[in-house]
Amino acid sequence: MIPREFEYHAPKTIPDALGLLKQFGDEAKLLAGGHSLLPMMKLRFAQPGHLIDLGRIRELKGIREDGGTLRIGAMTTENELIWSKLLQDKCPLLVEGARLISDPQVRYKGTIGGDISHGDPGNDHPALMLVLGASFVLKASTGERVVPADGFFIGSYATLLKPGEIMTEIRIPVPAPGTGTCYSKLKRKVGDFATAAAAVTLRMKGETVQEVAIALTNVGACVLRARAAEDSLRGKALNDASIAAAARLAMSICDPAADQRGDAEYKTAMAGEMTQRALRTARSRATH
Amino acid sequence: MAKKHAVSFKLNGKPVDVLVEPRELLIHSLREKLQHTGPHIGCETSHCGACTVDLDGMSVKSCTVLTVQCQDAEVLTIEGFEQGGVLHALQEGFTQEHGLQCGYCTPGMITRAYRLLKENPSPSEEEIRYWMAGNLCRCTGYQNIVKAVQHAAKKMSSARA
Repeated sequence: MIPREFEYHAPKTIPDALGLLKQFGDEAKLLAGGHSLLPMMKLRFAQPGHLIDLGRIRELKGIREDGGTLRIGAMTTENELIWSKLLQDKCPLLVEGARLISDPQVRYKGTIGGDISHGDPGNDHPALMLVLGASFVLKASTGERVVPADGFFIGSYATLLKPGEIMTEIRIPVPAPGTGTCYSKLKRKVGDFATAAAAVTLRMKGETVQEVAIALTNVGACVLRARAAEDSLRGKALNDASIAAAARLAMSICDPAADQRGDAEYKTAMAGEMTQRALRTARSRATH
Repeated sequence: MAKKHAVSFKLNGKPVDVLVEPRELLIHSLREKLQHTGPHIGCETSHCGACTVDLDGMSVKSCTVLTVQCQDAEVLTIEGFEQGGVLHALQEGFTQEHGLQCGYCTPGMITRAYRLLKENPSPSEEEIRYWMAGNLCRCTGYQNIVKAVQHAAKKMSSARA
């Protein structure tokens, strides 16, 4: 399986990459880790005439904290997220999520920015980004804009990223102390996408829910924010009954495509189960 | 035809040059242009890990890397493990612990285990299973592969002591 012919470019700076993107327009695709794009090119689902490899742009890499915000270069790999002491301390949800992505070899190459901008509903970072309240830095030759994760994902392989833009950085506010988080993912085997998964961030005040965010992976055209489920929990006690009710509300927004992972009814049920598990685990990790 | 690129990298410590179309995958350059047939083509879809090589300190599936991405890189394949007629501790481990039957997955397994042991010289069984999960074996049931990696870890740590 060999891709169609294309021209290869390996810019060393963001302005050079933006210049190439402008020059080749619709004919160009950006190459991040390549573990979604290259398989699609091998199957000839994607046939770009020009491939712009972001792998040699140093400023797109790295993880740092800057005034209560985690700033992650878009080309930072999944294994780099997993091994980050800073993230383990400040945002363990991202580490937990990255550990559940594909397999070790893929995680050496796969990047957080690629996972987010690809727009595949099976990708895991979108749900994590929604519950963490992340925002994305999108650069174009005319300037840059910062867009919130909430609203960025608009459909299957569709995001607010415009042609001519490059995602350069992911910004995540450091979760408040005491926040409990969990990413609960059901997959058939190592390397598979989620049958269904749920990301949760949770802050408790005594026995009641102060703040909660819930997002679901791979049960719709894109990641889903389970707002009604969140609303049902805010200010309420977190117990078996309220968790089950929230899971039912989360299930009510699911519209998964049937495939070899299961039919729509099964996947919806699993989204509910993952929601329940993520809520329970997040509660056990939250301090009151 | 797309313009060909001259790509230079180090293969098992020796400088090599290949002239490739941008669409050529690393596994094909290794096997067909550089006669390194240790890395195998299994699934061609980045699932099985038979084509695993070490690229600049990362285990990668060479069916999902373009050769043009490897300019100035350091690549290690199974051919680079044995030194002066002495097997690497991992090769010894796979032999001693019966870590292979048909052998098709073995070059990828050993190359992956090499990077794992560089990063974590004494992994637990659970860590070995988690960090070797990108390599499929259809013969052994994995038990003896885990033992082979443990054998090598022990031997390498006693050599360091």
